[in-house]
Amino acid sequence: MNAREVVLGRVRRALADVPRGEEPEREPLERGYLESHQPADPVELLAENLADYRALVHRATAGELPGLVARLLAERGASSVVVPAGLPPGWLAEVPDEVRRVADEEAATARLLDGVDSVVTGCAVAIAETGTVVLDAGPDQGRRRITLVPDHHVCVVAVPERVVDSVPLALRRLDPSRPLTWISGPSATSDIELDRVEGVHGPRRLDVVLLGA
Amino acid sequence: MSGGTYLGMPAFPEAARAATRDERLRGNLRHATHTIRDKRARAVAELPDWAELRAAGAAIKDRTLRHLDGYLERLEEAVTAAGGQVHWAADAAQANEIVTRLVLRTGEREVVKVKSMATQELGLNAALERAGVRAYETDLAELIVQLGDDLPSHILVPAIHRNRREIRDIFAERMGDWGRPAPEGLTDEPADLAEAARLHLRQKFLDAKVGISGANFMVAETGTMVVVESEGNGRMCLTLPETLISVVGIEKVVPTWRDLEVFLQLLPRSSTAERMNPYTSMWTGTSDGDGPSTFHLVLVDNGRTDTLADEVGRQALRCIRCSACLNVCPVYERAGGHAYGSAYPGPIGAILTPQLRGVDTALDASLPYASSLCGACYEVCPVAIDIPEVLVRLRERVVEGGEATVGGTRVRIRPARGHAAERAAMRAARWALDHPGALRAGQRVAGRMRRLQPRRLPGPGAAWSRTRDVPPLPPESFRSWWRRTRGESGEAGR
Ligand code: SF4
Repeated sequence: MNAREVVLGRVRRALADVPRGEEPEREPLERGYLESHQPADPVELLAENLADYRALVHRATAGELPGLVARLLAERGASSVVVPAGLPPGWLAEVPDEVRRVADEEAATARLLDGVDSVVTGCAVAIAETGTVVLDAGPDQGRRRITLVPDHHVCVVAVPERVVDSVPLALRRLDPSRPLTWISGPSATSDIELDRVEGVHGPRRLDVVLLGA
Repeated sequence: MSGGTYLGMPAFPEAARAATRDERLRGNLRHATHTIRDKRARAVAELPDWAELRAAGAAIKDRTLRHLDGYLERLEEAVTAAGGQVHWAADAAQANEIVTRLVLRTGEREVVKVKSMATQELGLNAALERAGVRAYETDLAELIVQLGDDLPSHILVPAIHRNRREIRDIFAERMGDWGRPAPEGLTDEPADLAEAARLHLRQKFLDAKVGISGANFMVAETGTMVVVESEGNGRMCLTLPETLISVVGIEKVVPTWRDLEVFLQLLPRSSTAERMNPYTSMWTGTSDGDGPSTFHLVLVDNGRTDTLADEVGRQALRCIRCSACLNVCPVYERAGGHAYGSAYPGPIGAILTPQLRGVDTALDASLPYASSLCGACYEVCPVAIDIPEVLVRLRERVVEGGEATVGGTRVRIRPARGHAAERAAMRAARWALDHPGALRAGQRVAGRMRRLQPRRLPGPGAAWSRTRDVPPLPPESFRSWWRRTRGESGEAGR
């Protein structure tokens, strides 16, 4: 008997008390919790919760965005930036040419990305109640490693289109077959005497731009 | 290199006595547990539907456990369809053997690891070391523990027993033996220490070809794996290597994608007291050109089916490892995590370890007594595990013996010798459980039990009951709320 059969056999014997023919999915599961806690202004709450977890929150119109992105990169002194293949080209229009553009491609290995300062992406969904942005590796977000290795992430969230109230509503919008990264503030640890320290391995600075009309 | 071992550790009361004498350890623990405890209460209070989320969490886990075989088969199918390879391990030896073989097959001799209690339970690092493979722990706390040749003492903050001065010294002295040394003139500022860890581990991440992880959840319906973390080392281990091996206990499966909406609300608020933890990674098999090209899932039993066989003890498998029960436990606060002698400290360890490993050793037999049955753990548990109820069940097993499943076989446990003094207390406790009236009185189980017990526990319990300090019971417990709102028939009610 292989290990698979051993384990499944043990599970079945352990469940001798469960009536044969009981079908779990026949009975609906009681979900008395709320689908959303109905925030009055989800975009405002998103901004508040992001800031509470030390993300830096900015607002911009489509016209203001290129200038803002250029300023955020300049503030960090970025001399290079990773660009996902499907990032709207206009977003980086005002970033000076001296700032080297690095394409998100197979050849952009982690080691190469380790020498890149910043990354600019869009986002799939943002969750107001938790202050979370979710990336799903879509064309404006790219491979998971490009938002991990560089030390500075600028994430642009189209509001209100990409914003949902709650975790349940976010899951409904997401496709489980895609690699997903949920980000709530910059990387952090409280492992040393419970002092919160921002930035261990992920980007130590997270700028979130709420892009409105 | 995997640090000390839990084998041959003294029984709980001896170890607890030693820890209780260690003033600094007690101070660190008290500060840490109280800080998290208060923050957690605030995070939970933000959600008016917490009780309903908790009930749903318990119900989902119960449903999963009642049909675990079917869900595991579905999970295997979904992971395989998405490009992953699924392996099964009946015990620790098999799991370690599988992982070792998978690592050796890549030709690599180094792996990066993200914190996983399952691999700690299995003793995987030591097994890899015997095969000539170095496993680098990458959580800051695990790194502190590993460099200090030490054992973790808290689920969430494994180095809770170390203060910043000690951490600085460990980094300064030991980092060089493992890779990039600590920067010159390292101070004991937490930000400096975190920076040292970042630099030290960055090299490892960039070089790593093999990553090893656990998982917080596995979705049967879609084959999706979920890892919840804070530092980003998880993302590094899960995305940069070419090969990813996830070693996960079979109880971590949940039926549907939608079920995550419950656990992703319950877990962060209960564990780190945050609305959401900084990073959550979800992946389904492999994706072209993004992340590992090879994904192995090792499903581990190692005593879980024995636990499942006990209708009362089974609920311990609902645990989502949030560590909330540790932070409210007056016994844990005094005894420290090491006294529990396994990867699982605190109240959850007291009910999980004796079920996973049996009650043959003095240590494991003493664990069910490492509690005052005050019920605080049950009140905070996000999946409503009635820890006192399971403790009583296990005390009964220790004292009176009886039927249990060990290694998949039904056996009759002989009453443990030297526990005669407990018998009276046990009879009284059983009386309360056997009388539906006492149960229906709601949370009075804990209250009654306390009265029915000697003020100072006899035998192994004596060590801590001397310094016992029992938090008051809340006016309405989860159990009475549940009974009041659901009547007697609630699936997750017991
Ligand atoms: S038993 Fe409950 S409170 Fe304790 S770690 Fe597990 S889920 Fe958390």
